[in-house]
Amino acid sequence: MSIGSTPLKFRVTIDPDRCMNCGRCIENCSYGVYRREADSIRINSRSCVACHRCLAFCPRDAIEIEEKPGDYRSHPVWTREIREAVFNQAKTGKIISGGMGNALPYPIIFDRLVLDACQVTNPSIDPLREPMELRTYIGKKPSSLSIRERPGMDTELLTKLSSNLQIETPIMIGHMSYGAISLPAQQAMARAVHRIGTFMGTGEGGLHQSLYPYQKNMIVQVASGRFGVDIDYLERGAAIEIKIGQGAKPGIGGHLPGEKVCADVACTRMIPEGSDAISPAPHHDIYSIEDLKQLVHGLKEATEWKKPVFVKIAAVHNSAAIAAGIARSGADAVVIDGFRGGTGSAPVVFRDHVGIPIEAAIASVDAKLRQQGIRHKVSIIASGGIRQSADVAKIICLGADAVYIGTSALVAMGCRVCGTCNRGVCAWGIATQKPELTKRLDPEANAVQVENLIHGWTLELAELMGAAGINSIESLRGNRDRLRGYMLDEGLLNVLDVKTVGA
Amino acid sequence: MSTLTIDTKDIHYTPLNQQIRKAVAEGVKEITLNNVLGQRFIGDGLRGDDVTITVNGVPGGDLAMFMSGPTIIVHGNADHAPGNTMDKGKVIIHGSAGDAVAHSMRGGRVYVRDNIGYRGGIHMKKYREKRPILVVGGSARAFLGESMAGGLIIVLGLGDTKPISEQGVGSGIHGGEIFVRGPVDKLYLGNGTKQAPVTEDERAMIRLIIEDFARSFGIDATPLLAADYTRIAAISARPFASKYTLE
Repeated sequence: MSIGSTPLKFRVTIDPDRCMNCGRCIENCSYGVYRREADSIRINSRSCVACHRCLAFCPRDAIEIEEKPGDYRSHPVWTREIREAVFNQAKTGKIISGGMGNALPYPIIFDRLVLDACQVTNPSIDPLREPMELRTYIGKKPSSLSIRERPGMDTELLTKLSSNLQIETPIMIGHMSYGAISLPAQQAMARAVHRIGTFMGTGEGGLHQSLYPYQKNMIVQVASGRFGVDIDYLERGAAIEIKIGQGAKPGIGGHLPGEKVCADVACTRMIPEGSDAISPAPHHDIYSIEDLKQLVHGLKEATEWKKPVFVKIAAVHNSAAIAAGIARSGADAVVIDGFRGGTGSAPVVFRDHVGIPIEAAIASVDAKLRQQGIRHKVSIIASGGIRQSADVAKIICLGADAVYIGTSALVAMGCRVCGTCNRGVCAWGIATQKPELTKRLDPEANAVQVENLIHGWTLELAELMGAAGINSIESLRGNRDRLRGYMLDEGLLNVLDVKTVGA
Repeated sequence: MSTLTIDTKDIHYTPLNQQIRKAVAEGVKEITLNNVLGQRFIGDGLRGDDVTITVNGVPGGDLAMFMSGPTIIVHGNADHAPGNTMDKGKVIIHGSAGDAVAHSMRGGRVYVRDNIGYRGGIHMKKYREKRPILVVGGSARAFLGESMAGGLIIVLGLGDTKPISEQGVGSGIHGGEIFVRGPVDKLYLGNGTKQAPVTEDERAMIRLIIEDFARSFGIDATPLLAADYTRIAAISARPFASKYTLE
């Protein structure tokens, strides 16, 4: 017996009184919802993913998209998503893949943490009138300084400092590869970080030639497939990141399907056109912290010890102990990617069920490094699920030096979080390689949007700090006294090292 | 032609590589390193198509990592991963080498006169005119050519042991090819592989490489060229293509 059709996920309707029959919806939809028949526009709601491209470009607001117009008999255990996953696998016998980040309604710890502000006993600071120090240095700091005094008032620094990245705001853009996203999307973000004075990651997709003008603001990635990695690439980046894991799919590798490997992507990744780019789960030369140290040193040696090397891991149960190993590997920064981190494509079972939230991971990593007296050896970069400036402030209070944003930068370029990045037909031109779609992005206009977003968050961060009487990001970092937990259980409060509200 | 000889006794790899880079920048074409004992990363990221480095001793891991151009000749054994992510150039090892030899190599050649450890040629890949080649004179341990995406591996089995006597050969291979002198028990083949006798075209193709290998070590190539070979390659160039269904 056939399983038959399932209820519509979305119902698309066009108000005939408002529609002027211009056909922009047909042109814009890359999922095949609309077609013209004779003089009218016909709709196939079943193809709709609610990316809202049609709605955004309808000149008359004639389109309505209704979510779950019909549903199953409600049941608290057998949710719609669970039932549809069973149908899907009963039909195909395959692994279910999806895009975007974790789609299960786990409680969000950020939303159970509140920030502090000054009242009476200490004055707030107005960032408009007084300097606010948001500049951050990513990299190793010396545990002590050795200084020699010269005759006169002059002094000489004897301690050899490691190279650091200077960022003007503690907000960077994480690694989204050319292949996972389009070139215009990377170009827009590259322009934005260049102007702001921050950095973005290349992902494991190499560095396209058109991004060379922005290479001083790019962090190049070395992942297990070593795609696009040669000595020129390593030398171009401002820093090098070893990707061990990703919050959206901890413990597994990545497969960029041949369909997404167009001539240009092939060239940047240095693989044959149309071939699958398979990144294995582990790096084949890293089976231990000692091996990781070998790769860190190998990369530093190749680039003559001029560039900071980051190591990115997914937030998992033992992140703190692993990060302590990374801090001893010679790496300059550890990136922790929480279980809400996004992805171009991941098995849904991993995306939704493997890993831990970034808030708990950062707090425990910071605490472990401080306990061991090695916090200065690495900067901590928090990634995965940073949605707003408040999240940035809170995660810095929990011990991060800076954040990587990903999805929010894409949303700034139009992404509606429809979660079908893995389909490769993104109507917004972001998660696709189809030229007719990628040309929908305007690298310059989109750069302004990304720049605006980071600028807005930076202003808000300065305001939040000022309200708390803090004028330097260094005084916010690890400052758990500025946080209180609201309706968090005692175990989690202990992990976060945060008091409850009222205490 | 200007040359340079360095006694590497008690020199750490960083100052050693600095000396090598400086010499190459100044136009030195022949560099000899004596008393090499475990220094890692020799030639790491080094460029220079016409530069030859002779290593007398035993270099440490990741010899010629990210290297792009030079030739390195080792008179001794090498540790793990010589030719790691190498782009161009040649590594000739008069001895054996450790695990993950030619890991992720994209171009150039690695010749090992004797044996190699586990996971040799792992995730080698080709790109345009670049085609990495690993030739092993003796035998290879388990998981030879694992996850291989492109390029060529030849194992000649010249020593006392058979070229292949452990499992996992070509496990996860999705491109490239592995040639082994003599038959290979199918027990040793990894997932996703198939084997076949060598065609005349393939024999002609590997002939030039085997001759070059033999010349590098002063071996008589005649019996090698007359021998039978087994070719191991991927069943599918896209092993993951049918693994997923959309959410």
